[in-house]
Amino acid sequence: MNRIKELFNNKRRDILTIYFTAGFPTLNSTIEIIKELDNSEVDMIEIGIPFSDPMADGVIIQESNQAALKNGISIERLFLQLKDIRDVTHKPMVLMGYFNPIMQYGAEKFCSVARKCGVDGIIIPDLPLREYQAIYRPFFEANDLAICFLITPETTEERLRKIDEVNTGFIYLVTSPGVTGRQVQFGHAQTEALRKVQLLHLKNPVLAGFGISNNEGYKIVCKYVNGGIIGSGFISALNNGKQSISENIHQFIKSIKS
Amino acid sequence: MKYEIDEFGYYGEFGGAYIPELLYNNLHQLKAAYKEIATDETFIGTLNELLTDYVGRPSPLYYAKRLSEHYQTNIYLKREDLNHTGAHKINNTIGQIFLAQRMRKKRIIAETGAGQHGVATATVCALMGLECIVYMGATDIERQQPNVDRMQLLGARVVPVHSGSQTLKDATNEAIRDWIAHPDDTHYIIGSVVGPDPYPEIVTHFQSIIGKEIAIQLAEKTGNKNPTAIIACVGGGSNAIGAFHHFLSDEKVALYAVEGSGEGIYSGRTAATMVQGKPGIIHGSKTYLMQDGDGQITEPYCISAGLDYPGIGPLHAHLFREKRVHYMHATDDDALTAAYQLMKFEGIIPALESAHAFAALKKIKFLQTDTVVINLSGRGDKDLTTYVNNKQQ
Ligand SMILES: Cc1ncc(COP(=O)(O)O)c(C=O)c1O
Repeated sequence: MNRIKELFNNKRRDILTIYFTAGFPTLNSTIEIIKELDNSEVDMIEIGIPFSDPMADGVIIQESNQAALKNGISIERLFLQLKDIRDVTHKPMVLMGYFNPIMQYGAEKFCSVARKCGVDGIIIPDLPLREYQAIYRPFFEANDLAICFLITPETTEERLRKIDEVNTGFIYLVTSPGVTGRQVQFGHAQTEALRKVQLLHLKNPVLAGFGISNNEGYKIVCKYVNGGIIGSGFISALNNGKQSISENIHQFIKSIKS
Repeated sequence: MKYEIDEFGYYGEFGGAYIPELLYNNLHQLKAAYKEIATDETFIGTLNELLTDYVGRPSPLYYAKRLSEHYQTNIYLKREDLNHTGAHKINNTIGQIFLAQRMRKKRIIAETGAGQHGVATATVCALMGLECIVYMGATDIERQQPNVDRMQLLGARVVPVHSGSQTLKDATNEAIRDWIAHPDDTHYIIGSVVGPDPYPEIVTHFQSIIGKEIAIQLAEKTGNKNPTAIIACVGGGSNAIGAFHHFLSDEKVALYAVEGSGEGIYSGRTAATMVQGKPGIIHGSKTYLMQDGDGQITEPYCISAGLDYPGIGPLHAHLFREKRVHYMHATDDDALTAAYQLMKFEGIIPALESAHAFAALKKIKFLQTDTVVINLSGRGDKDLTTYVNNKQQ
């Protein structure tokens, strides 16, 4: 069974997903970070595929993408790194990447190699729902890969229902307008937006992301949806100079879960 | 229709809206507003009045006698350089500012390369009393300083962009990020026939006035509305589409689009997308773009900031596939030589972008009886430093 489905079958609340950029801070950090995350309270691992022009990302992820590309990461390299990853972790793994590199690699091949590595789900923020349905869906289905679409508090109910119909993993709720890496203050407007989504009782589980970087934000979103996704906050924490990456990771996860 | 956009926003296999869900509502709203005004008589009347009295349209079609003698053919210049603000860019911004008003947007953002689109946006924002923020690569701020001053005088805030090659592509990324963060109160006035659907269609619509005027003016001057050929430079492709659009279905009219090849198409320092690019996604559109084997967008180079872009509008990609338009390229040196020649023969200092179109004259053999229209997309005030420095060398 797809590990994302399995996860949500067993656990519906407080799902913590960590996003990091493949090939950052060093080319071979990918595996090291997955090992540490496996050995933590994290429920799901989201691996970002670097892109030269990440249009929905703020400065932290832009810079980690640039650095990773300089380190020599590519989809090809990443798949080589992930070849034996299922000996390392049994946690669900999701790949997140912009569409152009995936298109150049070949979407069909991408799905089949991802599957062979043991990847469970894919997020492509700039792949439209219509094109997914019209062209790419069979590649995902043939490889039992979950597709996870983004929604926002402004997404109309009609469109939400349509996305919920097509979506097969979890739905990624962007908590407020803006790119990744902002410090969102979870005030009334944000919690109302979360509540609105909660009341729709979507078929897919919902994880909230963009702008959650600490324990406070994480706790709030967990009250309304199935859990939260943390990216930029985690990436910044990796590079806390004095300690090892391993120490930084565990300290960060502990601070979120405390 | 062979060259029209389909219901999903594609020209053939190119176009679409490959954007994060965060912009879905904005594009949806924009498309609806555009459909409304496209047939609204009051809007069309107001727009036409401003195009006449404020922009100075129709722009003249000028018979360039000495240049024609030199090349042994008949060359007409479509004088977009004489528009208010000095380029074709204002045809689009003045249309889009009405769209922004209709959608009740209070804040306008734009990207700019050469600064011409930034100036044209700052101008219409001043005209309508709207806040204006222009993203511009740090490299371009340096090489197009006069336009930075103009934008600031007109009340715009110019935000330097330091990512990537610090040019047009990076400024566009930053404008898109701003829009993602301000979906409610902001309209993004994109500067060329690029970006996600419905932008290529909207900008094509507002720029196609260039070709319509050419047909009327040429009929008056020669008795035949169709020229033998039209030549235009291509960055994102808006002045070229503007000049070509009216003539697309007249297959007898040869169309030439000239990209900037920088230091040469194989030099690694080029912006000749149709030579070096392949299909992919850039700024929300499926089109040709320059990229490496891993699908990372490569950094272009061209002496002209307005052509220094690794992509091209999706309609151009389609016209290239369909072989309706000939895609050519000119190096920095070709463009400079052509610019000095235009200054010498006609007393006109062209924008560096437009100079690339003139460089094609040396490469195409025209007959003495042919009629050739060159779209002179802008004037060269912003490029004086470059012209002066290169002249001394
Ligand atoms: C005078 C002039 N011509 C041409 C261009 C290139 O843009 P496009 O290809 O959209 O006409 C620019 C862009 O800045 C410009 O300023």
